[in-house]
Amino acid sequence: MEALVGVSARPGRLLLTTVGEALGLAALVATVSLTTTAGAQVSKNFDAAAARQVTVQVAPDRAQLGATLPRHAEQRVTDLQGVDAAGTLTRLALQRPSHTAPVTDPHGLPNPVLPIFAASVGLFDAVDAKVTGRTFDAGHAARGDRVALLGVDAAERLGIHDLSFGPAVFVGDQALTVVGIVDDVSRNGELLDGIIVPEKTAAGLFGWRGAASLVVEVAPNAADVIARQAPLAIAPGDPASLEATAPPTDTTLRSSVQKDVSALLLVLGIVTLAAGGFGIANSMLLSVMERVGEIGLRRCLGATRSDLMTQFLVESAAIGLLGGIVGTSLGLVTSMAVALTRDWTPVVTPELLAAPLAGLVLGALAGAFPAWRAGSLEPAEAMRGL
Amino acid sequence: MSAQPVIELVGIGRSFPGDPPVEALRDIDLVVAQGEFLAVVGPSGSGKSTLLNVLGLLVDPTSGVYRLDGIDTGVARQRRLAALRASRLGFVFQSFHLLPHLTVLENTALGGIYLGLPQRERVRRATVLLERVGLDHRLEARPATLSGGERQRAAIARALVAEPSVLLADEPTGNLDTANAVSVLSLFDDLHREGVTIAMITHDPTVAAHATRQVQIVDGRIRS
Repeated sequence: MEALVGVSARPGRLLLTTVGEALGLAALVATVSLTTTAGAQVSKNFDAAAARQVTVQVAPDRAQLGATLPRHAEQRVTDLQGVDAAGTLTRLALQRPSHTAPVTDPHGLPNPVLPIFAASVGLFDAVDAKVTGRTFDAGHAARGDRVALLGVDAAERLGIHDLSFGPAVFVGDQALTVVGIVDDVSRNGELLDGIIVPEKTAAGLFGWRGAASLVVEVAPNAADVIARQAPLAIAPGDPASLEATAPPTDTTLRSSVQKDVSALLLVLGIVTLAAGGFGIANSMLLSVMERVGEIGLRRCLGATRSDLMTQFLVESAAIGLLGGIVGTSLGLVTSMAVALTRDWTPVVTPELLAAPLAGLVLGALAGAFPAWRAGSLEPAEAMRGL
Repeated sequence: MSAQPVIELVGIGRSFPGDPPVEALRDIDLVVAQGEFLAVVGPSGSGKSTLLNVLGLLVDPTSGVYRLDGIDTGVARQRRLAALRASRLGFVFQSFHLLPHLTVLENTALGGIYLGLPQRERVRRATVLLERVGLDHRLEARPATLSGGERQRAAIARALVAEPSVLLADEPTGNLDTANAVSVLSLFDDLHREGVTIAMITHDPTVAAHATRQVQIVDGRIRS
């Protein structure tokens, strides 16, 4: 109680004393809470897309021999528990310019060479495609109709914006009816640059002989399991002929992102905090010297050395706690503000509530030497000349 | 028991290390009886401040025996000495030592805080004592707004809260003008009449004249 009276005696200095500590703690708190926020943000995007993807391909040595995925691959994998969607995808090795109308313009740009993809119907679900118009369906695929979807960037380059009049696109000299435009995908972003046709169509027109890869969308956290099961399900007799890749697990990515972002800021915060600690120590030492008379008086009133040490220690810890509360609030407000401007969801971990206590500990540590000085003053010395 | 002196010094000496060592006190024999008003006079450097520090248990004598209320203080440890200061000694300083950020009442109630008296009791005693020294109208004032005499009377009230055996006063009027000094000295006179034991150090003969007994100290020795 006595100590708190001493703390409140000089509000101006108290404020200045805690500034360094408050800034250091604010930096630390903001760093920690921003990296958790950003980390949660990263992993949110990550969960939604890459973390739920497994890709099955023919092992490289077999691929060199011209092997493709078995026809039943998509069906077998779709039957697995934990698979939400699956679809085959093949990028055709084709270098033919595409255009919408045969115009001969010697001064114009050459027609673009767009990548051509052969896909199964299931692929659009497997990549979370957002489509304007429609996708091709099982009927198109079974008949090998001359239909195509354009990636949004490909449509832009070809000048196709309106599907209402049934535009056509030429790949080389083969005409295809554009039934839809893929505006966005959660994975396999290369689709946005290309022309996507049914596999049977590709077989008839461009010499497609079999699927090169299978894109699988899995339930959250199922990626590792599915990656192990898929080759066995597709080729039980020779699982080694296939290669399934799952993305790095969520937690490893999150921690690596956090480490990168926060290391520097963390160091900065600690340095500022240490400076703040020295600020408190310095201020307390000054206070002890100023209050030699008070110390002497208290000794005369019967205070023991440890009474005085306790008093100054409590005083210093109280200052530290106050700075800790101010700093924590400052840091939280800062990180909230940053999160809001970025449209992030602020994430505050309960550990941050220990930050004011860290301030208290810092204050106590900083006050240790001044408190010892206060306790070791000889009362007779303290009273002299005052 | 009533005959037991409050303070009894036998052959007290105090030297401070140095080359050559300074002998601040030599072979002091002094007895202060209950209810006595003693003045120790002497020029500066005579050792009277050291004597007061010894009486106040702030400095250990290097030789001799000091009995306070019959208790041999030579064998007491630091913690015990602090407890003796809290319970049996009341200090009055030349420069008052009131804490500037506390009110007069709060300052006075600091007396007895290390005696373990509950806050309520200390405030009650402080209020009574402040009325006794004529400051009941300034309870909530800050020390800076008081005159020197008022400050010293508040300090005396503080020294009395713990109901000590003896009041030790070090030049209590040293920082006061004549009028204020008179008010403080008349308070000492009143306290003496009520039976409070007082040991006062001063270099001023007119101040010392208020005491019932004077001892003179020169070069660390009592001259009688």
